[in-house]
Amino acid sequence: MLIIFYIASFVAVIATILVITQHNLVHALLYLVVSFLAVAMVFYVLGAPFIAALEVIIYAGAIIVLLIFVIMMLNLRQESVAQEKQWLNLQIIVGPVVLAIILGAELLYMLSFEPTSGLEGNVIGAKAVGLSLYGPYVIGVELSGILLMAGIVGAYHLGRQKKKVTHRFLETQEE
Amino acid sequence: MDDATINQLLIIVGVLAGLLIVAPGLIWLERRLLALWQDRYGPNRAGPFGLLIVLADTLKLFFKEDWTPPFSDRFVFTLAPGIVVVTVLMSFIVVPFAPGVIVADLNIGILFFMANSSLGAYSIILGGWASNNKYSLLGSMRGAAQMISYEVFMGLSMMGVVLLSGSFSMHTIVEAQKGMWFVIPQFLGFVTFFIAGIAETHRLPFDIPEAESELIAGFHSEYSGMKFGIFFVGEYLGIILISTVTVALYFGGWLGPSFLPPLVWFILKTFGFICFFILLRASLPRPRYDQLMEYGWKILLPLTLLNLVVTAGVVLLNRGI
Repeated sequence: MLIIFYIASFVAVIATILVITQHNLVHALLYLVVSFLAVAMVFYVLGAPFIAALEVIIYAGAIIVLLIFVIMMLNLRQESVAQEKQWLNLQIIVGPVVLAIILGAELLYMLSFEPTSGLEGNVIGAKAVGLSLYGPYVIGVELSGILLMAGIVGAYHLGRQKKKVTHRFLETQEE
Repeated sequence: MDDATINQLLIIVGVLAGLLIVAPGLIWLERRLLALWQDRYGPNRAGPFGLLIVLADTLKLFFKEDWTPPFSDRFVFTLAPGIVVVTVLMSFIVVPFAPGVIVADLNIGILFFMANSSLGAYSIILGGWASNNKYSLLGSMRGAAQMISYEVFMGLSMMGVVLLSGSFSMHTIVEAQKGMWFVIPQFLGFVTFFIAGIAETHRLPFDIPEAESELIAGFHSEYSGMKFGIFFVGEYLGIILISTVTVALYFGGWLGPSFLPPLVWFILKTFGFICFFILLRASLPRPRYDQLMEYGWKILLPLTLLNLVVTAGVVLLNRGI
């Protein structure tokens, strides 16, 4: 199982780097899908099959579809690729990369002192996740429900159409 | 290799071979049944009962020019047809055909099926986008919206079954139907699941992404030759998948009177649903696009939520809380 974990996390890291460096937005999103699938694999190996399935259903299956949907409607073509190329030049990425390498080196140095635990965690099924979500963490579930409700109300407000009027004599001056 | 491994390999090969043989065979079945219901003969020239039409059709597809439009995004264009077949075939991993005849009895079986069916949406979206054609783009946008919205209550409608059986594993769900098939306590769930299943496979009457009368052929307008054929096989595999899952979740899977072996019962029930899919195509007109979305969000979603709440309440009451 350890080797599967390392392969999946390697794929996830490479795919995520490619998401940033791709110039074509849809290709970048495809790499993002691969990255999510790899992360789902990591979850599965670590003993969380329920979260792995949800990762695929919600992130890879729904959210990225919505992102692609928006990109399709924007109809971005050659101009946007050229613009992306312009944005991703060496001068801009040098700074963040150097800082990230410093942080990464620190992390590796600290990890070398810690005794690492293996992958022998017990498998956490759907039932355990449900029990803890509706037990100790019920407030989080309710708060996220309220947040989603706010989103739905906002979307309804934005998407509301005026009442259709069939004849100009029937038009009233409201709104 | 020990016996268990060989047995497992045999099951995998058997399932794969069975599906890939049956899926093209559905071309013949569909055309014959449509002809029967429309009072004509259908293909009856090549071979016995016209069965060789399958071979002729496949050969024709192989010899057609496989044209990739120069204005398309070549990589994504080639990738798109494969996605639908791969995701549907992956879903069959968790389908129990008979006791023990299952590729892998995952304890998240239903979620695995859901995950794969949601990934299948990429086939339509990417195919339409990569074609770089306005009809394809319209078709794939419709397809994306349709599949995302119907997926929501497809998942919710299956939760009633999960509540009753207490497991996500399809094997356990079939075992739990020994006393009564879940279609009786979960009739609402069955109806909404099946409607969502038709929308997921974008078959008539929900073939809005293709809609040949408005969008030429929608997301696969630019496809020809075997790439089109792969989309076609994916669609038939999708029909088989939805039929098998419906049978496993609501119609007792392999359970039945013992004068026939379990596998035969499963295949017979599945065959019934496949015929029902074709009957739907023969009888129902295509709704308008906004009607489809309205129907999904305003009628079916509240119905599935109601079903879920009532089922959960009944399960709690029966436990005596």
